[in-house]
Amino acid sequence: MRTTIPIIVAFLAGTLLIVSFFFHPETIWIGDAKEVILQWMTIVGGFALVLGVVSIVRVNARAVQRKSEGWFYKLMTVISVFAMAIPAMMPVTKESVGGSIFYSIFPDSWMGYLGTGSNSFYDWLFNYVDAPMMETMFAMLAFYIASAAYRAFRARNAEATLLLFTATLVMLWRVPMGEAFLRLFSDNLPGYINTYVMGGFNVAVQRGIIIGAALGAASMSLRIILGIERTYMGK
Amino acid sequence: MRKDIDIFSIVKKLQAIRTLPVILLTITMSLILNSQAFAQDFGDSVFILPRMTVLILLLVFSSAVLLYTKWAKAGKKLFIRKIAGVDAVEDAVGRATEMGKPVLFIPGIADVEDIETIAGIAILGRVARVTAQYETPLLVPVRYPMVLAASQEVVEGAYAEMGKADSYDKDTVRYVAGEQFAFTATVNGMMMRERPAANIYMGGFFAESLLLAETGNAAGAIQIAGTARPEQLPFFVAACDFTLMGEELYAASSYLSKEPLLLGGLKGQDFVKVLIIIAILIGTLLVTFDIGDWYTNLFDVP
Repeated sequence: MRTTIPIIVAFLAGTLLIVSFFFHPETIWIGDAKEVILQWMTIVGGFALVLGVVSIVRVNARAVQRKSEGWFYKLMTVISVFAMAIPAMMPVTKESVGGSIFYSIFPDSWMGYLGTGSNSFYDWLFNYVDAPMMETMFAMLAFYIASAAYRAFRARNAEATLLLFTATLVMLWRVPMGEAFLRLFSDNLPGYINTYVMGGFNVAVQRGIIIGAALGAASMSLRIILGIERTYMGK
Repeated sequence: MRKDIDIFSIVKKLQAIRTLPVILLTITMSLILNSQAFAQDFGDSVFILPRMTVLILLLVFSSAVLLYTKWAKAGKKLFIRKIAGVDAVEDAVGRATEMGKPVLFIPGIADVEDIETIAGIAILGRVARVTAQYETPLLVPVRYPMVLAASQEVVEGAYAEMGKADSYDKDTVRYVAGEQFAFTATVNGMMMRERPAANIYMGGFFAESLLLAETGNAAGAIQIAGTARPEQLPFFVAACDFTLMGEELYAASSYLSKEPLLLGGLKGQDFVKVLIIIAILIGTLLVTFDIGDWYTNLFDVP
């Protein structure tokens, strides 16, 4: 039964979604099935979040308990999870669910700091702690690209040299100063790079990969819907 | 040994419908739905008629996959080209075993509704069997709770199948962060601290692909990546030892399983690819001679 029921559910859900693609959502219920199933998924995902919280707390709490290397950072992780979540879930006004009980215990002045609105504790943590850290991580990508490009563009053989030459032309074309430099040789050179390198070779290869990937995805979906591929459920 | 249960065997057991009448009925229905008379009377209000081309292509594709699967089931030998990146998975796990270091597997950072994540989880199942067999530690950080639940189920199933249920650690698969770059920072830290001998990235990746792959490279791990996103492929190619491109990601779990039934699906997919190449060539010729408008309109699906 542990195999049969999931296969039937996958078959019904998959078939329903395929069929719904061909129907108008305004005139027949089946056309709207995709939206309904996506809503169900969001609800199931909400419940699954508890599993995520349990996992992150268990893994990090164990490291803190054992005082393993970097335990202090793991403790900060656990504290951060609750520091972001708890104030955001507290009632914002007396009229909110549980608000009358909460504000009979705690002062009314806390109202502005709870929930997820502007000037709340959550909002402050998000804008001044979370967002800058994410931006820093993203900004570091520039250095990683430089180091990867250095390795990729080493002229070790004929193909790598061709790649280096093409990449240099494209990089020059993408910046105004480089474009001006290219125009010194020919006014048409930036246009040729755009038409033949980016719009020609690049698009052709990308489309080849996209067509192959789309077929692969469709084939895999079909194998899952028909119950031929069952690895995703641990079988 | 894999128990041969699929939707057909279930239907057969239930003594309900057979697939052939259903396919015939669907073809007939699609022809009726595509007819002008039907469109005028009823079709336009209920069916999205311009999408009927998709239905026809879907039927051709499904028939090809099912036909090759049937042939594979009947024992016909099917040639599948070698995929170096997939062959390298076992070697990478072997290397980790010899070095006594863990294997890090990331099933992408997309949620479970993304087919790339499903493909990643399917490959995870195969990798977990090998790590279970050699008793190599496996680390699977995930970004979404739904992926956590699915991956835990897959890894636990793999350990149980290899008779190593006792070696399974519940924290093998762990939720690390919901934010893209918080996830990346955690995994990068994990790579630098625990120094996995093999890093396997299979699934949907975005801007963090290079951050992960470059860190893994700096940590000295053998790296195998697979994604269907063309914009991330150059980063993986630059920083990893092997890269599965596009369709190879979806083929990997079938390829690793070496089961004829799953390989049949790959052959069906290749057959449709040939049809698509022919269709592209016909379209190119027609458009070159300026008589291809009717042909391109066939594929213009809203």
